[in-house]
Amino acid sequence: MNPDLRALYQETILDHGKHPRCFKIIEPHTHAKQGFNPVCGDQLTLYLDVRDEQIHDISFQGKGCAISMASASMMSQALKGFSIAQAEQLFQQFHSAMTDANVNELPHPKLKVLLGVKGYPNRVKCATLGWQTLESLLKSIKDNHATTDVISTE
Amino acid sequence: MQPNKRAFDIANIRADFPLLAQHVHGKPLIYLDNAATTQKPQIVIDTLQTFYSRYNANVHRGLHALSEQATAAVEHTRQCIAQFIHAPSANDIVFTSGCTASLNILALAFSQGYLRAGDEILISAMEHHANIVPWQMACQRSGAVLKVIPINDDGELDTAQALTLITEKTRVMSLVQVSNTLGSINPIKTLIAAAHAHNIPVIIDGAQAVAHMPVDVQDLDCDFYVFSGHKIFGPTGTGVLYGKSHWLEQLPPAFGGGDMIETVSFERTTYAKPPHKFEAGTPNIAGIIGLGAAVDYLQQFSFADIDKHEQQLLARANHWLAQTENLQLIGNSRHKAPVISFYCDDVHPHDLSTLLDYEGIAIRAGHHCTMPLMQRFKVPATVRASMSFYNTLEEVDVFFAKLAQVRQQFQ
Repeated sequence: MNPDLRALYQETILDHGKHPRCFKIIEPHTHAKQGFNPVCGDQLTLYLDVRDEQIHDISFQGKGCAISMASASMMSQALKGFSIAQAEQLFQQFHSAMTDANVNELPHPKLKVLLGVKGYPNRVKCATLGWQTLESLLKSIKDNHATTDVISTE
Repeated sequence: MQPNKRAFDIANIRADFPLLAQHVHGKPLIYLDNAATTQKPQIVIDTLQTFYSRYNANVHRGLHALSEQATAAVEHTRQCIAQFIHAPSANDIVFTSGCTASLNILALAFSQGYLRAGDEILISAMEHHANIVPWQMACQRSGAVLKVIPINDDGELDTAQALTLITEKTRVMSLVQVSNTLGSINPIKTLIAAAHAHNIPVIIDGAQAVAHMPVDVQDLDCDFYVFSGHKIFGPTGTGVLYGKSHWLEQLPPAFGGGDMIETVSFERTTYAKPPHKFEAGTPNIAGIIGLGAAVDYLQQFSFADIDKHEQQLLARANHWLAQTENLQLIGNSRHKAPVISFYCDDVHPHDLSTLLDYEGIAIRAGHHCTMPLMQRFKVPATVRASMSFYNTLEEVDVFFAKLAQVRQQFQ
């Protein structure tokens, strides 16, 4: 591979992209939401089993590039067992790390490989697809809304 | 070579396009995204520069020398476009901001009094979103219904189905001449005749056709023909809407403003005659003049030479495609423009696009503004390599070599 692409396609990302973890539909799930990137057509559905404000289980399924699949896979692994408040906090931290040039830290060391995507601006939306779906899902949990809509990265 | 036409010398042609000599990520650029937009020959770039540095002025207004010169240049382009697509008169040529604008202007015009509840609008399954969404909006405004001509597994229009879908209820048919995703060249002349047998006006979206084949709107007998300037080596933000004069006379304008009026009072405004009726406001003057330069440039060559070369490029691509494993080709029409669209199970199109970009190769990955086609062929997205007359056989070879290489490396 072109050495200039090594920061984007790190081993961990390639591994998660090819063999995404938590890639299934959990039953029972309390919440599900579809995320969609209209620019490239990537889509995924995020499933959460939330009880007592805590994410007991999380999974996703979808079709997309290595970056979008790896990011959703790593996110799902990281969030298992988190409270809703912790999940919201991690989303905020990830979001600002991906979008703010001055923020390059993440409390979750395993997620740090995803920061390499920042060097490839047209791929940032791939990395944030799962996370934006999460954000929208968390918002509907808080608002106690039905969670069947489709969210889009645009 | 036809008499009075420039010899088709590929090195010579490429020298006209300064951008093609660039390096991207340290590699010589191989530009295979021509269905998205084409590169510009130096003469087009120079024409823009000359306009802005020598005679920039508004058109159809001032009586001063610069305005007269700018107006003359715009009207000269109108003549040039009319001659290029064999329109009977320059007055049948409306300048727009692009093919999308042309289609929206028509959909808007047709839904103001012409389309009624229950009427049918006929399009095809391979339309670009620009020839779907404006008609859905027209349906919402008028209560008309959208009908879709299906395609077969090779990506060819099902003409038998088309003939059964053209009925007494059909009020307008809008079809793509060449699919931007599949490359399919549609038998539009036959379908235009079939629609005319029911007095149905036909709009042809020629966005992907004009750079590859000669267009004769009188021979096609289409009622409208639309295309974008930037896909035919001209500037972005330019487009053409050709309409038969009786249609342009009777359709209402989409936009009101300066330049499109005859007289204005607070009680009543009368419109200018076509084409100006459809050209409210200051147009993309520099762009239009640049488009004229692009069309003049293209017409140095014979389309027979262009087609021969492009079909060689396509044949070479097909040769490599046949040898590539685990690849699903989307679009295998018998009559095809030099566009290939495919899906590989092992590497997602978006990743392939990035990997190839770093080899200097510009292709497009995604749904190509044809989401219904992606659903039809059950793929999330495709890689599309779209060629132009300035591409070389060597570039096609390098593309496939690099494709194999990056797929291997990604495993």
